[in-house]
Order: sequence, then structure tokens, then C-alpha cells
Amino acid sequence: MTPAPYRVRSRRPDRADTVTLTLEPVRGRCPAFLPGQFNMIYARGVGEIPISLSGRARSGALMHTIRAVGAVSHVLCDARPGDVVGLRGPYGTAWDVPAAAGLDVVVAAGGLGLAPLRTVLRELAAHRSRYGRISLIVGTRTPMTLLYPRELARWRKSHDVDVQVIVDHPDHAWQGPVGPVTRLIDRIVFQPRRTAAFVCGPEVMMRAVADNLVRRGVPAARVALSLERNMKCGVGRCGHCQLGPLLLCLDGPVVDYQRAARLLAVREL
Amino acid sequence: MDALVTPSLEPLIEALRSVGYTVVGPTVKDGAVRMAEIWSAEELPAGVGDAQEPGGYRLTERDDDMVFGFAAGPDSAKRYTQPPRQTLFRMRDQEIEEVEPEAPRVALLGVRACDLAAIAVQDRVFLGRHPDSAYRRRREALFLVAVNCAVPGGTCFCASMGTGPKATAGFDLAITELAAPHRFLIEPGSERGAQILTAIPHRAAEEDDLAAAQEVSRTAATRMGRQVDTTGIQDWLPAAHDHPRWTDVASRCLSCTNCTMACPTCFCSTVEDITDLSGDVAERSERWDSCFTLDFTELGGTPVRGSALARYRQWLTHKFATWYDQFGVSGCVGCGRCITWCPTGIDVTEELSCIR
Ligand SMILES: Cc1cc2nc3c(=O)[nH]c(=O)nc-3n(C[C@H](O)[C@H](O)[C@H](O)COP(=O)(O)OP(=O)(O)OC[C@H]3O[C@@H](n4cnc5c(N)ncnc54)[C@H](O)[C@@H]3O)c2cc1C
Ligand code: SF4
Ligand code: SF4
Ligand code: FES
Repeated sequence: MTPAPYRVRSRRPDRADTVTLTLEPVRGRCPAFLPGQFNMIYARGVGEIPISLSGRARSGALMHTIRAVGAVSHVLCDARPGDVVGLRGPYGTAWDVPAAAGLDVVVAAGGLGLAPLRTVLRELAAHRSRYGRISLIVGTRTPMTLLYPRELARWRKSHDVDVQVIVDHPDHAWQGPVGPVTRLIDRIVFQPRRTAAFVCGPEVMMRAVADNLVRRGVPAARVALSLERNMKCGVGRCGHCQLGPLLLCLDGPVVDYQRAARLLAVREL
Repeated sequence: MDALVTPSLEPLIEALRSVGYTVVGPTVKDGAVRMAEIWSAEELPAGVGDAQEPGGYRLTERDDDMVFGFAAGPDSAKRYTQPPRQTLFRMRDQEIEEVEPEAPRVALLGVRACDLAAIAVQDRVFLGRHPDSAYRRRREALFLVAVNCAVPGGTCFCASMGTGPKATAGFDLAITELAAPHRFLIEPGSERGAQILTAIPHRAAEEDDLAAAQEVSRTAATRMGRQVDTTGIQDWLPAAHDHPRWTDVASRCLSCTNCTMACPTCFCSTVEDITDLSGDVAERSERWDSCFTLDFTELGGTPVRGSALARYRQWLTHKFATWYDQFGVSGCVGCGRCITWCPTGIDVTEELSCIR
């Protein structure tokens, strides 16, 4: 439960309330991690929160994309290069990207859900030829709140990924579709029975997307969600992250829809 | 080493103290039998009994001098395996220093079979997939002297849970208190237990001592205040998430957290951060928490389990069913504390039989 000190190497504002911090250990090397895993990041004297890994920098440093919503995330978003935070991890289950080899891939993100999926996209792009059609569908509140716009363009252009974006609230310049991200499922091409899906976003969004995909014939066991619960310890000891039989810090955050569907269907479980 | 018989526990307490243990045993305090440090067998609650019922606990007077003539009190071993509050680490400038966990050498005298089972449950929680070294150190520093229950309380149901009333494993020494003449049969359960026994005056246990001890546990098992039918509970309890009884029990539950605090296996915790006045040193500590609090499941300002119904359902379902999925055992050992110490007398055994 004792974190190691990590120095902020760089800070990149992504949107009005979101920054990507690149962190490197004050001593020693960065740990290995898998797409979908998270770290517990500690802001001195304020608190510690779970944040997904959103990438690895060329230097090997760890990237985290953080939205300022409360006490700890605000302090972390305000961190400056050179500041020191605490970090422990990586924890939790991973997106099983290699298992999608030979299949079409649907990656669905809602809002900040794109952050943990960025590691999936990078993994897919690194071994592009192993996979069939790759579609990335992204829902975002407004065109201004779209995360990683430059990378989306690169994936579309250089890695043969069908990238589609939909917004809840369009501005004057927006010419794309408007509505929930499920609406984009009609616009992408995949063979349901030979498809793997990676879904991350608000819980209602994930359920809607997963239900929709499963109804079209994608096997529920191949639809992976990243579930979020209050987490204090990250290692199965504090009890906060329970969802029925699951301790989401150990058995999640990535859970397949075959297991998750009936748990998410129970109100306030 | 075989079982032995001794007329007094004084030499045992002395022997434990002489090898450096703080002896913690039952004493009468605040109208209840509480676990506290003792220096002599004189301090044990001779002639004290108890009456326990849903929402009620009262000390009674026995007509003999038995020193363990009562059932489980409000304290369990949890206080010693998982302290109510512990400092985790400090951060000063750019340095983070781990705080050496306290692991006092404590001999717990009078641990019941249900509480031994509860320690075994906590071992699975804290020494499982991410072993907790502080827990391991505290656990190794604990010397456990069990007592086989003679008089289960009105809220006990360890026999249903398969955890008691006789201590069968996980102790250093196990005592059975026998009457006429008043004497203690002590069996070693570990190497260090046997070692301690060599230091106390005794005679070897004879046939009739052993038979009397067996009779104590046999009659105790027949005098359980309550029972639970646990067959298939892992399946039917989670499946009953829509049962109308949850609404009924939620209308009586105050979300006061007493049940979780008194429960010997409830392990939930939260963390607190403080910074000293100079602002230079920040400290993080961990303390007991309860799934009955609203902020327990808070996500982005709203709790996932906002209703008392959802919180009670989570607690009961976790204890009796989903605990198996997570740790391979039941989270309930049948000690009855949650029933006795619930201010509105909610009885888990009754709730379960209504939901079944
Ligand atoms: C597995 C996982 C991965 C996550 N990945 C990211 C990410 O990549 N980027 C990001 O910006 N956010 C992520 N979150 C959400 C992030 O942890 C919360 O926004 C954060 O905990 C809010 O803390 P706060 O102190 O700023 O807010 P407050 O509202 O002040 O929260 C108070 C406390 O409640 C708890 N809490 C509140 N909301 C959440 C929540 N959503 N999840 C878990 N605990 C919560 C925390 O212990 C927090 O310290 C993730 C959450 C989980 C569970
Ligand atoms: S749930 Fe109640 S009876 Fe079971 S171990 Fe906890 S306090 Fe004892
Ligand atoms: S069940 Fe009883 S002891 Fe537990 S929280 Fe509810 S009122 Fe309190
Ligand atoms: S976060 Fe503590 S048990 Fe999962």
C-alpha cells in the first residue's frame, strides 16, 4: 500500500478539464503493464485514486489521462513537470488484445473511456496485419471535448482504422452525426460472429453498446467492458469495489459481458 | 505433548508473560465482557454469565465460579489482526517512507472456535492474491489460547456454520473448563503451545477428564440459540435480489454500521490523509469502514448503493454467498454478534429463512 515516488516528466492539456501526465519513477525503472490496467496515483496529503494507463512514452515513462472532477484529480491535473506524486501498480485485468487476432475488432469509447482504449489501439496498430477490419467509434459530449483528435486522424490515415465520431451537442462547425454512440454501430462494417469488442465509457453507454453488439450476434464472451467502482486499495483488501461476486480491482476492471451482463442488470448492486 | 490438567490458569498467564507476551483476556468492563490486558487469573470474570438476544446483551450471575461461563462478547480477535486504525506511510518532500507496522506480541486468552474460524477467514482475505506483510507480522506475533464453549449464547449459530463450538484447528493452546472439581483441560495445537505447557505445573489428562471435555462440547452444540440452513446458499441468495423481504429489513435497518464493526470477519477499510501544520509531512492511514456508509460506493459524487435496501442486501449477500466466490469460504462464522449488537434487533438467521 506504499506508493513509489514518480516525477512528472511532462504535462499535456487535452481538453479544458483533462490532462495527460507522463510519469517516471524517481528511482529505478517503469514497471511493465498491459492495456486496460490501472495505477493508484497519490497526491501528497490529498488522496489516492485509480487511473488507467493510457500509454507509454518513447522514454518508457507511464502516461495517464486524468479528468479533474474532485479533490485528488484536480491536484493531479494541476501537477507541473518536476512535481512528485506517489504511484503503485499496475493492477487489475487487461484487455485481451491478442485474442482478437484473426477477427474484426470494434473499439467503442464514451468520453474519457477513450483513454484506457488508447493502449488497445496502439497494440492493434502495432500488429495491424493480424486483425480484420478495425472500427473505432467514439461518443463525446461536444466537438470540443473530443480526446486525442490528432491520434484519431493518424489511426484513420495510417493504420486503416475506420474512425467515427458522434457528439451529443453539436456546435456550428460540426457536420458529423449527433446522438448516442450506439447509433454508429450501423455505420461500421464487421462480421458479428467473428468480432471482438472493447468498450469503455459511462456504465449506461457500455451496456447499450454491449447489448446492441450481442443482439447482432457478437458472442458476449468477446465483448469486454472496463467497469468502474470506488476503489481505495486496488489489491482486494478494502471491499469498496465489489460488484456482486467480483472485486473489480482484481477481477476487473476489464470484465467480459457474459459475466457482467446479469450483474449490471441488478439495480444498485 | 498430550493434553494436561491444571487447577488454575495463573501459571499459564505467568508463563506467557515471562516469554514476552502481553496477555489479553476477558474482563468485565462497561457492563460487558471485554477483551483487555490481564496480569493475573484473578481478573477473569469468575461467576459471570450473559444473556444475549437480538438487540440485547446483559451480564448475569452464575451460581458457580466458572471463568468462561459466557458466550462471545463484543470484542473479537479482529482488533489485533486488523487494528481499527493504522498508519500506512508518510511523504516528505519527494520521499515516501513506509511506516513500520506495529506487531505487538499478544497472547489472546479465551478465543472461541467461531473466532478462530474468523481469523482463518481473514487469513484468506489478507494473505491471498496480494499478501499484506503487516497483517502477516501481526498474525505471527499473536499467540492464540482457545476456549471450547460450554454455554453458547442466545444468538450463536456456529454449529450451523460448521465452525464450532469446539476448537479444532488454528490455536496454540485450547482450554476446556471443567466443573466438579473446577479444573482446566489444556491441549497444545502448535509447537510453541506445547513449549509453554512444559513450564506449568500439571498432571496428565485422564480418561474421565477427556470424556468430560467431550461432553462439554457435545451439549454446547445442542444448545445453540439459532441456526441457518446454508445448503445452496451461494446460489439462492444472490438470485433473490428482488425478494420483497429486502424492503422489509431495510425499513428496520438504521445503517448504523454496528453489525460490521462487531463482526469478526468484516474487513472493509478506508483511508485518510492528513498533513502536519507545517505542510511538509503528509501521512496516510487506514481505518475500519463499513459497507453501510453512503460514501462507501461513491462515484463522481453519487453512491452506487444509495438505498438502505441495496446496502443491507450487499452486506448479507456478501457475508453468506459472494464471499465464497472471492475467498472460497463463507464470510459468516456464526458468532451471533451482529444479531446481539444490532440496535433494532435484526437477526440474520431470521432474514435468511424469510428470503430462502
Ligand atoms: C479502474 C479505474 C480506472 C480509472 N481510470 C481513469 C482515468 O484513466 N482517467 C480519469 O480521469 N479517471 C479515471 N477513473 C476515475 C477516477 O478514479 C475518479 O475520477 C477519481 O477517483 C475521482 O477522485 P477525486 O478525489 O478527484 O474526486 P472526488 O469526487 O472528490 O472523490 C472522492 C473519492 O471517491 C472515490 N471516487 C470518486 N469517484 C470515483 C471513480 N469514478 N472511480 C473510483 N473511485 C472514485 C475516490 O477514492 C476519491 O478519492 C478510473 C476509475 C477506475 C475505478
Ligand atoms: S455475520 Fe454476524 S454472526 Fe456472522 S460472523 Fe459476522 S457478526 Fe458473527
Ligand atoms: S443491520 Fe442493525 S447493526 Fe447492521 S447497520 Fe442495520 S441497524 Fe445497524
Ligand atoms: S479497491 Fe479495495 S478491494 Fe478493490
